[in-house]
Amino acid sequence: MMTADTPFSRSAPAIDCAALTRRFATATALDQVDVALPAGQFSVLLGPSGCGKSTLLRLIAGLDWPTEGRIRIGGRDVSGLPPVDRDLSMVFQSYALFPHLDVAQNILFGLSVRRVSKADQASRLDRVARMMGLESLLKRKPNELSGGQQQRVALARAVISERPICLMDEPLSNLDAKLRAEMRVELREIQQRLGLTVVYVTHDQVEAMTMADRIVVMNAGRIEQVGTPREIYATPASAFVARFIGTPPMNLVPLSDLSAAGAATLPGLGPRVVSGLAPDALAGLRPEDMTVGANGLPVRFVSEEYLGADRLVTVRAGASTLILRLAAAADALPESFHLTWPAGALHLFDAASGRRHSGSTPEPVQGEGSYVATS
Amino acid sequence: MPRRHWIHAWLLLLPAFVFLIAFTHYPAVQTLIDSFWSTPRGRRPSVFVGAENYTRMMADPVFAKAMWNSAIYAALTIPTSIVLSLAMALFVQARFRGVSLMRMAFFTPTVLPLIAVANIWLFFYAPGFGLIDQIRMFFGFGSANYVGQPATALYAVAAVTVWKEAGFFMIFYLAALQTIPTSLREAAAIEGCSRLTFFRRVTLPLIMPTTLFVSVNATINAFRLVDHVFVMTRGGPDNASMLLLYYIFENGFRYWDTAYAAALTMVLVAILTLVGIGQFFAADRRVHYR
Repeated sequence: MMTADTPFSRSAPAIDCAALTRRFATATALDQVDVALPAGQFSVLLGPSGCGKSTLLRLIAGLDWPTEGRIRIGGRDVSGLPPVDRDLSMVFQSYALFPHLDVAQNILFGLSVRRVSKADQASRLDRVARMMGLESLLKRKPNELSGGQQQRVALARAVISERPICLMDEPLSNLDAKLRAEMRVELREIQQRLGLTVVYVTHDQVEAMTMADRIVVMNAGRIEQVGTPREIYATPASAFVARFIGTPPMNLVPLSDLSAAGAATLPGLGPRVVSGLAPDALAGLRPEDMTVGANGLPVRFVSEEYLGADRLVTVRAGASTLILRLAAAADALPESFHLTWPAGALHLFDAASGRRHSGSTPEPVQGEGSYVATS
Repeated sequence: MPRRHWIHAWLLLLPAFVFLIAFTHYPAVQTLIDSFWSTPRGRRPSVFVGAENYTRMMADPVFAKAMWNSAIYAALTIPTSIVLSLAMALFVQARFRGVSLMRMAFFTPTVLPLIAVANIWLFFYAPGFGLIDQIRMFFGFGSANYVGQPATALYAVAAVTVWKEAGFFMIFYLAALQTIPTSLREAAAIEGCSRLTFFRRVTLPLIMPTTLFVSVNATINAFRLVDHVFVMTRGGPDNASMLLLYYIFENGFRYWDTAYAAALTMVLVAILTLVGIGQFFAADRRVHYR
């Protein structure tokens, strides 16, 4: 989407990674990763620390070299090119501002290195400074700026290059919670306005869910799932994704614990589903999908946490512990009660591989579940 | 502050003051006073002579030679040792096989006493069988006595100083270079900054505090380090390698002309003070402290 104040004459390219592998002396950081990051979209690489997301970003940037595999940007193979020839900008976690240069010099560093004319530099600085609200800070040194202002300078330095791809390595992790929330909105807005292809690395699922067009969930050097925030949340492709997304995350318990309570009466868990599964399969239930019902899974109350708008209730079902989210205003719970959920809310995963079971909900289930009306 | 606090404060400072005054300030002031008196000889006691020691200095050709030599010596050793130490630090800051050995090799001259260093270099310079002569003769040049001829003696001495000092300064540069975050280099790489440009525009300004520190030390050492002159040339031949401090030593402890030595010492102190103050004020504006 190109708007009037888009400073770019070129449209943003897509990034394609094929069979990328990066091995270090003692570890494999990336293992045969194939991923396509579409043009003009906000893609988030999400995963715990050590999952290879930063390595993937550095490979795309050209700051590190793949052991195997190719990287294409806009259809052009850039695998062997140095960072400068990849036509991208980058925002670092530490901001990487030059401490001896003032804000204006920091922002203009790349342009002056590339010998852009002074007049052009001045007009671009003027526009970007106004866009980032940095006009009054241009003569300050980085150590005279707050974290949020430093962040803005780092972003301005990326934007002023007018390169259509922007890579960001956990850019908000050094900010306080309030500023982080503001910057999330701002980053997303800048990406939309300039039509940038953004690749954003984070371990914070809130950042991923709120900003991303597309989330790439990574774990142990591999990609677990690629999808929109909605897809990632609604249909996690693996037990890892299910555990990683959501606060609190999805409850994952051995299916046998639920079955023992009477599989036939549980929503989404008819005899045909159960017979097609290994006995040690995992059942996943989101805390907010479960409700207290007249019948269903019998549970015992353990404890509850009051959060204001709602409360988190911990219960035991057989040998397993479940957490459910209930409205704070709801009645106090008895010592033991029954839990139920919509038929589509039960997720099933293979215990060994962690992959989502093909018969799992919420793909439409035809008459397999016993439909218990939920209140 | 209440009076009692003042007393406590002064009492706590007293031990330091006693030593500082006894061994630094008192001798300095006494030297200044001595420089206005004559040298006591035999039954002739010291008498006040005013500026006579200084007027004598103005007419002393050896003093002029020593001043000129010291200036050349400083102008040679200070920039050379700084540039060399930075070059060595840049070379060994990377990680490669044998880098520790390399760092140690660069640092070794620093741990050797200057007298020992001078002896090593005497062997290098020795005419006929010395290392440099052997190389010269291998390529068909004649023998040369670098230490023994007036034209080269000062440079021969200066080379030893550089060799000794560069390794020491390298340690400071190495430490400074390692504090520069790699993300700066990466950010510059993304912008298309060449290694040379990065060095000029980022590395050099960021290590300016170290450069200031090193250059102050190099300056002080240029006037202070004369041990090797004792071993190698004794200021000769024909005062060709006579340095100010060595001249002070000669006057004070070989000719026992302590008054003249005191006057010369005041000149040295004045030079060092001026250089020190000048460096801090001139460089401070261009130094970026984090």
